[in-house]
Amino acid sequence: MPASTKNKGAKFSLDTLSNQDYKSIAQKHEPKRSTLKNCAFAFLIGGGICLLGQAIQQGFMAWFDMSVKEAASPTVAVLIIISVILTSIGVYDKIAQIAGAGTAVPVTGFANSMCSAALEHKSEGYVLGVGANMFKLAGSVIVFGTVAAFFVGLVYAILGLQGVHHP
Amino acid sequence: MKLTGQTWEFTSKPRLLAGATVVGPEEGQGPLSGDYDYIYDNLEINEKTWEKAERKLLEQASQLAIVKAELTKDQIQFIIGGDLLNQIISSTFAAKKLGAPYLGVFGACSTSMESLALAALLVDTGAAERVLAGTASHNCTAEKQFRYPTEYGSQKPPTAQYTVTGSGCGIVGTGGTGPVVARATIGRVMDLGIKDPFNMGAAMAPAAADTIEAHFRDTGLTPEHYDLIVTGDLASVGLPIAKELLQKAEVPMHETEFNDCGLLVYDMQKQAYVKSGGSGCGCSAVVTYGHLLKRLNNKEIRKVLIVATGALLSPLSYQQGESIPCIAHAVALEMED
Repeated sequence: MPASTKNKGAKFSLDTLSNQDYKSIAQKHEPKRSTLKNCAFAFLIGGGICLLGQAIQQGFMAWFDMSVKEAASPTVAVLIIISVILTSIGVYDKIAQIAGAGTAVPVTGFANSMCSAALEHKSEGYVLGVGANMFKLAGSVIVFGTVAAFFVGLVYAILGLQGVHHP
Repeated sequence: MKLTGQTWEFTSKPRLLAGATVVGPEEGQGPLSGDYDYIYDNLEINEKTWEKAERKLLEQASQLAIVKAELTKDQIQFIIGGDLLNQIISSTFAAKKLGAPYLGVFGACSTSMESLALAALLVDTGAAERVLAGTASHNCTAEKQFRYPTEYGSQKPPTAQYTVTGSGCGIVGTGGTGPVVARATIGRVMDLGIKDPFNMGAAMAPAAADTIEAHFRDTGLTPEHYDLIVTGDLASVGLPIAKELLQKAEVPMHETEFNDCGLLVYDMQKQAYVKSGGSGCGCSAVVTYGHLLKRLNNKEIRKVLIVATGALLSPLSYQQGESIPCIAHAVALEMED
């Protein structure tokens, strides 16, 4: 089978159409991805989630007399709960279609990936379903997060930079 | 039966005695809502799991088809069916309920016409008198198996398609008054290197074009012969590509109306969440056994060619970086004058 259809005058045939030539035909009909709009929504909604987190943290500090560090963990917990509730009532994925990375990157995205997998696989039981599948998507984040942390640590050790440890 | 190239001409005129469709709520909000037999108002189809929901759609559509053909389930001699789930489990469970001898087939979203073509072949060659062909898909089982958990927040590109929740079944037999299953063209596996599972239309377009070209080459007919030619689920990205390929191949598709089931099944303006259009086994099945069969029986159209398209990928194959092999099977339904 000839690899190209460049021979002038030869009748067009799908058998002789190369993958490359087909790709250029197909790409003409592909709708444009609105990158700029997607970036703007990701920034606004992702930023909104972070702003909400900041407000929650300030709330813990003001009303529960916590330090910045102390307020951090309960803040994350509240964001996770909100994400899990929105996932469970079928809203989070609708927001994510508009927000893209804006809802995927913050901790709410991590919670959504675990909660959605748990909901989806509950039908296969708690052990083989929920337990085995909860980290189906989140697993990679943990694995590569740990690997990245290891290499950053390595760079610090080689360069002799002492990470400042807060007790 | 007369074989030319890859096309069967069914000489004894097997007929589509009846067809039935059962769909989910989103299809019920689409423009063809008046053509379905039953519309569920919930995506769960009153079941506990997505898989049970898909199975129920197929069970009900097959039972409705039997009733509409004025038959009993004991009179069905063979069932030919398939679906998108691993080991075509929805069809198997539905066939268990009907109890007739069963042939499971897999053609992804082309299963609707693959099963109809085989059913007509069995009847035409005298191997059977009444055969039920059917398929089903459910949006959430497809999402779960091929993509992400249904509630996972991922952003879909504009080329993505929306799996139809619905089932369509038809009964092919001798006698009766329905449209004749005149001929069928069995497709070849086509793969022009598209790897993106969110761009199925572009992956499947060459398969549709190849089968349509073969159909007219084998039969000596021209597109003018048909009042309508529809592809299965090429949607708004794949259909223009197929049109361009056919134009380059000098098949005069402008002689007829050339559309796509994935564009017919949803309201492309109001239901923008479907992105480029419908897909799934149920897509061409509900349009054929619901909308097109009704128009044929009302004699609004007399001759239609349905070219169901299927992307024969598995989650494993695309994760391993393989391209998407595709297929298309065409079946011609014709009302007699």
